[in-house]
Amino acid sequence: MFDTALSANDLVFLAKGAGITIVVTAISVVIGTILGIIFGVIRVQLGAVLSAPLTLFLDIFRSVPLLIQLVLANAFVGMVLQLQLSGFFVACMVLSLYTSAYCAEIVRGGIDAVPTVTRRAARSLGMSWGQDMRYIVMPLATRVALPSWIGLALGVMKDSALVYVVQVTELLKSTQILITRLQEPLFLLLICGAFYFIISFPLARFGGYLEKRWSND
Amino acid sequence: MFDYTFQWKQALARLPKMLDGAVITMEVAIISMLLGILFAILLTMFRQTKSRPLNAIATTWIEIARNTPALFQIYMAHFGVASFGIHFSPFTSLLIGITFNNAGYLAENFRGALKAIPDTQARAGQSLGMSPVQSFRYIVLPQMLRISFLPMTNQMVWAILMTSLGVTVGMNSDLYGVTQDLNALTFRTFELFAIAGVIFYIITKVITLSARLIAARLFRY
Amino acid sequence: MIEIQNVRKSFGQLEVLKGIDLNVEKGEVVTVIGGSGSGKSTLLTCINGLEPIVSGKILVDGTEVHAKSTDLNKLRQKIGIVFQQFNAFPHLTVMENVTLAPRKVLGMGKAEAEAIAEKHLNHVGLGDKLGTYPTRLSGGQQQRMAIARALAMSPDYMLFDEVTSALDPQLVGEVLETLKMLAEEGMTMILVTHEMSFARDVSDRVAFFHKGIMAEIGTPAELFENPQHPETQSFLASVR
Repeated sequence: MFDTALSANDLVFLAKGAGITIVVTAISVVIGTILGIIFGVIRVQLGAVLSAPLTLFLDIFRSVPLLIQLVLANAFVGMVLQLQLSGFFVACMVLSLYTSAYCAEIVRGGIDAVPTVTRRAARSLGMSWGQDMRYIVMPLATRVALPSWIGLALGVMKDSALVYVVQVTELLKSTQILITRLQEPLFLLLICGAFYFIISFPLARFGGYLEKRWSND
Repeated sequence: MFDYTFQWKQALARLPKMLDGAVITMEVAIISMLLGILFAILLTMFRQTKSRPLNAIATTWIEIARNTPALFQIYMAHFGVASFGIHFSPFTSLLIGITFNNAGYLAENFRGALKAIPDTQARAGQSLGMSPVQSFRYIVLPQMLRISFLPMTNQMVWAILMTSLGVTVGMNSDLYGVTQDLNALTFRTFELFAIAGVIFYIITKVITLSARLIAARLFRY
Repeated sequence: MIEIQNVRKSFGQLEVLKGIDLNVEKGEVVTVIGGSGSGKSTLLTCINGLEPIVSGKILVDGTEVHAKSTDLNKLRQKIGIVFQQFNAFPHLTVMENVTLAPRKVLGMGKAEAEAIAEKHLNHVGLGDKLGTYPTRLSGGQQQRMAIARALAMSPDYMLFDEVTSALDPQLVGEVLETLKMLAEEGMTMILVTHEMSFARDVSDRVAFFHKGIMAEIGTPAELFENPQHPETQSFLASVR
């Protein structure tokens, strides 16, 4: 196993793949979170009935395989709209919406967890809706939502392994390319898995720790 | 701008084939779910024991399942073990990969559910003259099931969605695989995958809605 | 002055206020008693516009609460309210709970807001809890903090909605003492309460609500010694 044909160049190639994984994840999580907060607040403000169309739309991203979402978006942009957009762009676009669909749920759960009476108290002191949101709801909802949000961000990183389907060579795809060339699947996969694990494990533990600590008081 | 003409008829003509694929998809998901629950119970038990090796096995399994991509786990089951001269069919590799993933996530949920039930519950059962096994079976387990029911439903949906990854190890009989093959023949990418998407959507909706109905019947307290 | 004119309020099909008329003068203390579901708590949340009304009018110093043109946030600064359920902001210390609204709503500076907060917190007996988080306070202390928080906005009126109902019996006294003190200082107050002897002690007038109607109103002596309405009589008999 240690008698490997893996060269320094190959390692650089893998590192580049890892970089793509991180960049795609970061962009999608940032945009997806912003959209998710907007969607989540809209859902709470409008109520279940009025926000049903939005709920239904977001539900699609959680009920259809990400692979199909990517293929469809790519086909729609390329074949139907005939736009020359890069796979990277399409990947970020789809993953952002995908993230926002889950994030909206988390945000909604967080806001709903703030007791009505606490919000009434804020309004009765003369605070506006915005002040109530900013000083009372946001800090309290964040506590509830942060552990799930960390889980979501890590989930997006893992799911970003699927963007190979729109010709983005992220970490797992890079690994696969090397596997085909070097024929050392186990060794290469272990390197690749270790990379995901090293990023994901500590953060997941941290999320679990926050959840435990905050649910105790 | 819209030079593209949608040809839904041509794509819809392939619907029977895709529905056959959907059956395989359901099959993989259901088997992997049943096996996943079984292994998850086993892992949960491993974690409850004082045995270090059993603890280590359970923890390693659960943490790898939760902290690496599902696609990676399927690759491992297919290409990874090939290094040991073991060659699984695409179907088996996919099944192993999803089962591994299901078991890891479910075991973590079961542990949480077990924790959420106070010790006093089991003790109350025993104080009524039940054996530890009886008190687990009649007092703790039903409450655990209730707590784990929603996560189990979600995992089932995940299992359905994960079947689409089988294509990466050469699977072509499931819904995604069939769709991909049809696409290679007809190049109606958008139409075909849109139809596949709708089928997936319907399957997951049926699962979540029926789970909700079952939950309403099962958990009346 | 608070003027309540023929106010009706429904939750869906259920009409909880069926035409209430009541004027509360500056400096007056009015307590509202009645069984559960009599609509007495709902009236308070309507007065500061937390709940819309179906018809009628509520005027606070001549401003119509439910008029579209009314700036509710501005109006609410005049009307403090304390609820039955504890509603501390759990992520803020006692001091921050009290200074938040003066700073963000009134635009007060930190030092000024803290001086005012300290004054009110001392007043309600929480001067030694400034840096404490509300989760570490007893129910009675949380309610007193809520009172100080409302007072810090220098309101002209205070509404109290069964503020002792969720408290352990041994903590009721300290909150009632605080309310009594406010009443003696001349604060205009409307209180919904179940504490009859307290109502008798502090009120200028006592109103009895029954099924969404104000069945009877009068001085404590009139209402408690010589109730006119049969429902008032049976209610007072049941709580005695």
